[in-house]
Amino acid sequence: MAVVIDRTRAEGRDKGPASAAEKARRRGDPGGGLYKPRTPIYPKHVRGRWRDLKWGLMVATLAIYYITPWIRWNRPGALPDQAVLVDFEGRRFYMFGLQFWPQEVYFITGLLVMAALALFLASSLFGRLWCGYACPQTIWTDLFLQVERMFEGDRNARMRRDAAPWSLDKVWRKAGKHLVWLGIAFGTGGAWIFYFHDAPTVLGQFWTGEAPATAYIFCALLTFTTYVFAGTLREQVCTYMCPWPRIQGALIDQDSLQVTYRIDRGEPRGPHKKGATWEDRGGCIDCGQCVVVCPMGIDIRDGAQLECINCGLCADACDEMMDRIDRPRGLIGYDTDKAVAARAAGQPAIYRLVRPRTLVYAGSLVLVSGLMLWGLAHRQSFDVHVLRDRNPIAVRLADGSVRNGYTLKIANRSFADADARIAFSGPAGAVLKTPAAPAADEVRARIETNTLRAVRVFVTLPEQAEAETSLPVAFTVTLPEGVMTVKSTFITDPGARP
Amino acid sequence: MSAPETQDDQGPVATTGHEWDGIRELDNPLPRWWLWIFYASVVVAIGYWVLMPAWPGLTGYTPGVLGKSDRAELVEQLDKLKALRGEQSARLTDASLQEIESDPELQAHALAVGQSVFGDNCATCHGVGGVGGKGYANLRDDVWLWGGTLEDIHRTLQYGIRSGHPQARFSQMPAFGRDQLLTPAQVADLTEYVVALSGRPANAAAVQRAAPVYAANCVACHGPAGLGDPLQGAPNLTDREWLYGSARADIREQIHFGRNGVMPGWAERLDPETVKALAVYVHANAAGQ
Repeated sequence: MAVVIDRTRAEGRDKGPASAAEKARRRGDPGGGLYKPRTPIYPKHVRGRWRDLKWGLMVATLAIYYITPWIRWNRPGALPDQAVLVDFEGRRFYMFGLQFWPQEVYFITGLLVMAALALFLASSLFGRLWCGYACPQTIWTDLFLQVERMFEGDRNARMRRDAAPWSLDKVWRKAGKHLVWLGIAFGTGGAWIFYFHDAPTVLGQFWTGEAPATAYIFCALLTFTTYVFAGTLREQVCTYMCPWPRIQGALIDQDSLQVTYRIDRGEPRGPHKKGATWEDRGGCIDCGQCVVVCPMGIDIRDGAQLECINCGLCADACDEMMDRIDRPRGLIGYDTDKAVAARAAGQPAIYRLVRPRTLVYAGSLVLVSGLMLWGLAHRQSFDVHVLRDRNPIAVRLADGSVRNGYTLKIANRSFADADARIAFSGPAGAVLKTPAAPAADEVRARIETNTLRAVRVFVTLPEQAEAETSLPVAFTVTLPEGVMTVKSTFITDPGARP
Repeated sequence: MSAPETQDDQGPVATTGHEWDGIRELDNPLPRWWLWIFYASVVVAIGYWVLMPAWPGLTGYTPGVLGKSDRAELVEQLDKLKALRGEQSARLTDASLQEIESDPELQAHALAVGQSVFGDNCATCHGVGGVGGKGYANLRDDVWLWGGTLEDIHRTLQYGIRSGHPQARFSQMPAFGRDQLLTPAQVADLTEYVVALSGRPANAAAVQRAAPVYAANCVACHGPAGLGDPLQGAPNLTDREWLYGSARADIREQIHFGRNGVMPGWAERLDPETVKALAVYVHANAAGQ
């Protein structure tokens, strides 16, 4: 059963602080202007467990972002010693003890599929966890808001100052805030480029103008987007630009735990005088704290809505207020629509975390993760491919024997040089040869680390009385990790000669 | 649930005043960011006119204060490419042919250069795969008229065959029939003789008649056993490789007309490093000597 939110209902809405969304609705934008103005949001600072969790996650995620490129990792030879490096120039992706080649892009695809499924699962279980706690937009907006508080004070001070005429005090506070914002934005864009070049090198080059043009472009781009998205656009990014809130509707159902205003406990709401009775009324005292702390400018008491990122700050604000008036906590908290409706109807609430939807998401996630792990565990450091010459398909020699040419492409993704021994298995009497070397039983080639070497191999078969036109043959390549066999064919008929 | 909104419920948003069969157009505002981008584009366009070549005139165009020119950039890039190739081909200059072929790195470079140069210059006659055709030598097998060692191939590539260059490979197969050095009957007998040399069944009587004729006219180049002579470009008549065809008619025609194929020398058209790379490419892909 859905809780229908009727936003046209006006009664009881004229008291207390209104959400930005409510203000915009009330103002009834006449649309005479050329643009739609944004209603400013002044989220109030709040303390509580969700806020603490958010601080912790912010520190953790930002630390991962800034520190990762500086972790060193020993690799032999001229290979980069950066633990995590996306080397576009060298077409390699280094990840600690692994190096991926562009041919293995399916690992990245798998990782993205896993991320999507994890997001689906988390959303169907606990609502917009990603949006509320982990999304870079949320984290940087949170950080920028904190900077804003440092310079301009909390909600009330900011609102007062914004309404006041320009003064020296207002100018330096605003300027200081924007300066720090720009600094953080530059740090964000600057850290980004460390993932694509050797961090210490590109840091030095950056200041001397020797860094690649892409480094400056991406640094500027991310500085700009961070500054604008986290400083100015903020909740508009989530509401207007991000597709995720739209997809959410298909992932969340009546059994998903979401930040919810428990109507069954809260309504009917209204101001409460100290000492007055709590009989025949709800627990919500309409203090509006949930509204003033909301970074999205909405009223959670309107129910689940597209703008809500499930950050839990309204729950913290409500709990704080309930503590102060000595009432039980949890008027706003993680709950399901179904449970709220059940309690409102006087029935016991049932929580179903295990349901077909979550089972399918979890099953898919386990399946894809398993496939990825299997792939990673069975991933070989060497690749061998054989390409048979197509022109000429075969050459007849003076004594009637026939020669076929092959190119063996051997890739060495390990971190050490390797010696490959190539042997031929096919009809008896075959002679193996590589340019500039005498014929031998096997061809040896040195495959340096991190390279793909093409080895030209010629196979000559003596003339055979009644040979098939095409014979199945194979090359066995002995490498440090074992023997790899690649199949090919041998063409015995080069066609007529003049 | 509220009832579906009618058109009149659009509230405060004004219409443009246009009406088509009862359908009216709401005059919603443009988003502010969109306007900003529009104004920014106008500013950028003006800046572009000032900085870059922009407006056409009667005799030219406004060059812009940055002085950008695609043509100049192309020249610069070509110079850079030349410099880059210079570094690599410098190694080809100094290394001997054998060194180039035995060093994996250098060999790979030479093969890459060789392949592209071969496609541009040699494939016209010898084919992309290098197997040639009637009148054009097969470069993939082990039959070499003028020798198939790396040095032999290099020399042939440099000066060509009967190209007119003083150092070119040169020899001449007489046109025995056309120039009436031999009678048609003798040419026919010789044809049988050559067929017999290559191990195929032939008219024994004709072979016997041709033996003295062969000894008098052909031995000097092709040898008494018909094994040929790479120093003179005389083909081996005992193998199965025939430049001008193996059928009796082809052989008779060759004895009659004595065709002498020409290959141009490449030393004057390609730089020495490229010719070296080409020699390595041809040698590496041949079942040569």
